[in-house]
Amino acid sequence: MEGRGARAWRWLREHAVNIVAALVVVYLLLPIAVILLFSFNDPQGRYNYTWVGFTFEHWAHAFSRPELNEALLTSLKLALLATVISTIVGTMMALALVRHNFFGRRLSNFLIVIPMATPEVVMGAALLSFFLITGWFSLGFETLLIAHVMFCISFVVVVVRSRLIGFDRSLEEAARDLGASSFGTFRLVTLPLIFPGIFGGAMLAFALSIDDFVISNFNSGTTVTFPLYIFGAAQRGIPVEVNVIAMILFSFTVAAMGFATWQQRRAEKMASVRPEQEGGIGVPAGATAAT
Amino acid sequence: MTTLRRRLVPYFLLGPGTIWLVLFFVVPLFYMAELSLWSGVIGEFEFSWNWSNYSEAFSAYDTQFVRSFYYAGAATLIALVIAYPLAYAIAFKAGRWRNLMLFAVVAPFFTTYLIRTIAWETILSDESPVTEFLHAIGLAPSGHILATGPAVIAGLTYNFLPFMILPIYASLERIDERLIEAAKDLYSSAPQGFWRVTLPLSAPGIVAGTLLTFIPAAGDYVNAQFLGGAGNRMIGNVIQSLYLSQSDYPSAAALSFVLMALIMVAVVIYIRFAGSEALMGEEAA
Repeated sequence: MEGRGARAWRWLREHAVNIVAALVVVYLLLPIAVILLFSFNDPQGRYNYTWVGFTFEHWAHAFSRPELNEALLTSLKLALLATVISTIVGTMMALALVRHNFFGRRLSNFLIVIPMATPEVVMGAALLSFFLITGWFSLGFETLLIAHVMFCISFVVVVVRSRLIGFDRSLEEAARDLGASSFGTFRLVTLPLIFPGIFGGAMLAFALSIDDFVISNFNSGTTVTFPLYIFGAAQRGIPVEVNVIAMILFSFTVAAMGFATWQQRRAEKMASVRPEQEGGIGVPAGATAAT
Repeated sequence: MTTLRRRLVPYFLLGPGTIWLVLFFVVPLFYMAELSLWSGVIGEFEFSWNWSNYSEAFSAYDTQFVRSFYYAGAATLIALVIAYPLAYAIAFKAGRWRNLMLFAVVAPFFTTYLIRTIAWETILSDESPVTEFLHAIGLAPSGHILATGPAVIAGLTYNFLPFMILPIYASLERIDERLIEAAKDLYSSAPQGFWRVTLPLSAPGIVAGTLLTFIPAAGDYVNAQFLGGAGNRMIGNVIQSLYLSQSDYPSAAALSFVLMALIMVAVVIYIRFAGSEALMGEEAA
């Protein structure tokens, strides 16, 4: 018979990975819990660092600070525009890279990877140097948009490309055989199937843009985005409304991610319909794509 | 005619993105190179092949360079040690909890970077339960954590941890579990199977994760700004303040180039050492 100590030790050893994993999850979520908790805080001075008391006050008046609202609106407008442009441009690049073999492909791949491997502070400083010396653009919303699209493109390409790689091209051939034009095939078959990838890339671009601080810090001129507002406010004490708005943004992002997952499942179902109808033995879609 | 059109299609698709990246990523680097060779006093700079900007910038801020690489290296190592068990658990043990755990990994990205870092300022402040607990078990003997090196390293570790977890998870998830079973059939113990099959197969994820954590951490200035003190400034803080507060553009540009060059060298050495498949292509995300 093994003793109680030995049994406890064995249990611990068997579950060690899970225990560590659970602790890491707690660690990952701890700051979010703190942000949520302090959005209900009722600080006496300007600094929202120590817990004073519970209040709904700041949730009820989440949009009571004009400067903060303006910064938030600027950020949303910027992120939306940067997302649209980088998603279109990035999807086109991903299509070229996956579906065509052409001279300069390696160089294009390199051009897409290198911005992701460059520290933000270097990209921000380089762009500012460019804007200062050429004088082609005046620092502000315009230069922010240029910068945000620039760093979003690579991420969109990577996400969309990973989706295109597993694409079953015989579905497109079928559409062509049935008399669809090449544009019709793209609109009715290709686009719906790669839509989850495009949506995922767009979401990533939006998240990167709305969260960007470093590159914006260099190239904003006098324009203030949400992160820049927080940075400016940090010295004077950050208003509780910032926490409230951060949690509102958090909920919206979670909802969007839920939608993306649902879309992806739908597309997977759509792509897997065919082999079941054909053979009736339920060959998974991936198996036919591989042959 | 049609074949010509077909051959032009990829260039048409690539065109807009390539122009954007060349004009606003590559070309600015050349302008920064030009700026780094200017000379003169603030307000009256002129171009003059002034290479001494580099030697002066490096010798004036060598401690910040060393500190940046030390902090980023420490954060990357800690992130690897805590990311691996979580990635492993999600890939092999989570079952129906998998999606929820993946959500927990990306959830920090849904709150603004600055607010997350400021939340750590609250968590690590002197009166917080976390600080008191660490003080009680002897990990924070002075009772202070904020404004120290470990606080900055903790912040860097936290902020870039998802970049470590996701690539490792992706490479673990792709492992054919039959290989691990085969190791068992051939009488390997569980630890042997892990060290000789699972770990080597997840190497591309480790390489990608290490790079994606180390590179942004080495250039970061937000964590040092909020969680560090005057003695914890990193090279990013120096570049930011030279550019944006002191308008000493040539020194700042030279420092940016030195930072980029040092990171490149570190990356090349690391890849030589760790194998090269992981950097290019799909693994980059």
